[in-house]
Amino acid sequence: MLKKLRILWQGIRQLSGDDAYERYLHHHHVQHSQQNIPVLSKAEFFKRWQDQQWQGIKRCC
Amino acid sequence: MNAIRSSLIWLLISLLGASAIGGIALHRGESINALWFITAALCVYAIAYRFYARWLSTRVFILDETRATPAERLDNGSDFTPTHRWIVFGHHFAAIAGPGPLIGPTLAAQFGYLPGTLWIIFGAVLGGCVQDMAILFLSTRRNGKSLGQIARDELGLLGGTAALIATFAIMIILISVLGLVVVNAMKHSPWGTFTVAATIPIALLVGVYMRYLRPGHVLEASALGVGLLLLAVAGGGLVDAHPTLHKWFDQDGLSLAWCIMGYGFAAAIMPVWMLLAPRDYLSTYMKIGTISLLAVAIVLLQPDIKMPALTPFIDGNGPIFGGKLFPFVFITIACGAISGFHALISSGTTPKLISNERYIPLIGYGSMLLESFVAIMAMIAATVLEPGVFFAINSSAGVVGSEALAATAKITAWGYPVTALHMQSLAQQMGEATLFARTGGAPSLAVGMASIFGSAFGQGMLAMWYHFAIMFEAIFILTTLDAGTRVGRFMLQDMLGNLWPKMAETSWLPSVIFSSAVVVAGWGYFLYIGVIDPNGGVNILWPLFGIANQMLAAIALAIATGILVKSKQLKFSWVTAVPLLWLVIITTTTAWQKLVSPDMRIGFLAAAEQLSLQLNQHLLTPEKASVAPQLIINLKVDAVITLIFTSLMWLIVLDMLHTCYRYLTGKPSPPLSEAPHEVSLLNAEWVRD
Repeated sequence: MLKKLRILWQGIRQLSGDDAYERYLHHHHVQHSQQNIPVLSKAEFFKRWQDQQWQGIKRCC
Repeated sequence: MNAIRSSLIWLLISLLGASAIGGIALHRGESINALWFITAALCVYAIAYRFYARWLSTRVFILDETRATPAERLDNGSDFTPTHRWIVFGHHFAAIAGPGPLIGPTLAAQFGYLPGTLWIIFGAVLGGCVQDMAILFLSTRRNGKSLGQIARDELGLLGGTAALIATFAIMIILISVLGLVVVNAMKHSPWGTFTVAATIPIALLVGVYMRYLRPGHVLEASALGVGLLLLAVAGGGLVDAHPTLHKWFDQDGLSLAWCIMGYGFAAAIMPVWMLLAPRDYLSTYMKIGTISLLAVAIVLLQPDIKMPALTPFIDGNGPIFGGKLFPFVFITIACGAISGFHALISSGTTPKLISNERYIPLIGYGSMLLESFVAIMAMIAATVLEPGVFFAINSSAGVVGSEALAATAKITAWGYPVTALHMQSLAQQMGEATLFARTGGAPSLAVGMASIFGSAFGQGMLAMWYHFAIMFEAIFILTTLDAGTRVGRFMLQDMLGNLWPKMAETSWLPSVIFSSAVVVAGWGYFLYIGVIDPNGGVNILWPLFGIANQMLAAIALAIATGILVKSKQLKFSWVTAVPLLWLVIITTTTAWQKLVSPDMRIGFLAAAEQLSLQLNQHLLTPEKASVAPQLIINLKVDAVITLIFTSLMWLIVLDMLHTCYRYLTGKPSPPLSEAPHEVSLLNAEWVRD
């Protein structure tokens, strides 16, 4: 039961983008750990993420 | 053994579904329980998903699990990212489900509950879901390209350009009709106006909170916003009771329309994080929360449907909009059955997130089933009202007169008894001055929802529930309105960039202001005319929106059909060709009637002629005479737009047939633009969830 609730909570966080920074850090760690790409701060990352989220048609009738 | 059990279960579901459909179709009594609708819909959806969607996947589109999707091949950690299927489903559903499936069924309820319900269920499983799934599949195979780009690659420049113009046009009409719905919901309702107005500072606050106070704490900020929204609903009651504040927020339609235009313009040029993004969060939570609450309430309460299966208005004399059952029920309910707009979403963000092709049926077909279910609930909320009350709320003053007694007498004479006293006490319960002639669908849906919520969760707070429902509708109508204006602005800047490249710079202020102003002026014009029209405006604008949306769906289906033929799937191309043919028939019939019908309630030109005749003979009241010249011009504009929409649709269909003909006869035709096959290395377990 507790495990299911945790999965649900993870889902809600991911859907809303609440954990976007954590996923970014993970992606950064996995993909770019060999290269010298600086890690963005949470505030910087969020700005970029939010602006990128709003490209194109996102909402419908 | 398992196979036998599974066959038995599906047999049971089929029998249950068939008897529920039969029940609602053949029932001719006093009232029928809403659970029949839910059962019928769910059984048909289950069968369609299990059998039709699976057959489409394996035989028609031939989904390939071993093939790497764009999310895998082009993974950049931002827009292209392999994402868990249920997360993609959530994003996709939130994007396709707007106010459309709530308003259309409410308006179409004037024909009775049956035609709309059947069209919502069967239109979705055979048309809308297939379209969404087909375009999602085609875009996923083409690196997530947009519908316009696919049209250009597969049909040629003509098809691509027509798709672009159609998208822009539908956006303008859509925003104006949605603006009109909000205006009609707020007109002379201080409570509603305050609540809706309060959503703007709340969104701004949430925006600042997410961006600067606690960067990235999205859920925290949203929870704060939702709490404030609920306070705003309650606060509206205090405003309504306060003598001075009451006056401030008691506005007529025209002032509200100007406010909405100003708001739309501001939202289009402001940075997204300030208003658009936070408003979108709030509206998504409100939408999902309220819809789930409505579903729970309907199941708990099991309300009776009071509207008859069919009303006499199927002959074309309906008070909400003119026109016979065929083709108008199919135009009035676009979203919820089939909506061309979804093709833009299915070829937008979604294909860049799908981790494996095998999830395409769930996301493409499944999301649309859920949207169709939302439309069924809207139909239930509209038809649980006493039909007399339903028609009193939705009939404009131009049809039933502006006097309460005369209006109720007229509606009672149609066979739907209602008294002025009852309407008065209902308005009082809802905390409104009047509920007469509140056209647009939002107020009657709110009354229906308030009565369902009230009966299920406590009768004492009807006014609160009513204004909660109004706020819920308004907040995501405004989200579509400002997101749409912004998208319109980008599209226009892009188009103008072909003439003068500097115009395409999205951060060059003169271009931003100019193109935003043009887009707002475009929808603002129709909104303005809709507000001054004594017949309510919705009767003209909603069918126009329906034509535009169905035309876009026809374009999407034409593209899909063309590609199926070119993919050597001619024998299965009927899966998109049949819905396409149906849409071509209904849009062309509607357009024809709208252009040439001698009935002034249907034909634009007949209405213009009649109005100028009355104007010349001084038969109009001074009030009506003052707006008549503008209405006459507008009717002609509407006629021209209808003609353009229909011609665009035919152009693309003929272009598609021409391409297919060339392909089948071995003449040169644009080749398939599918990205080459690459083997997926993504282990399903590995996908980041």
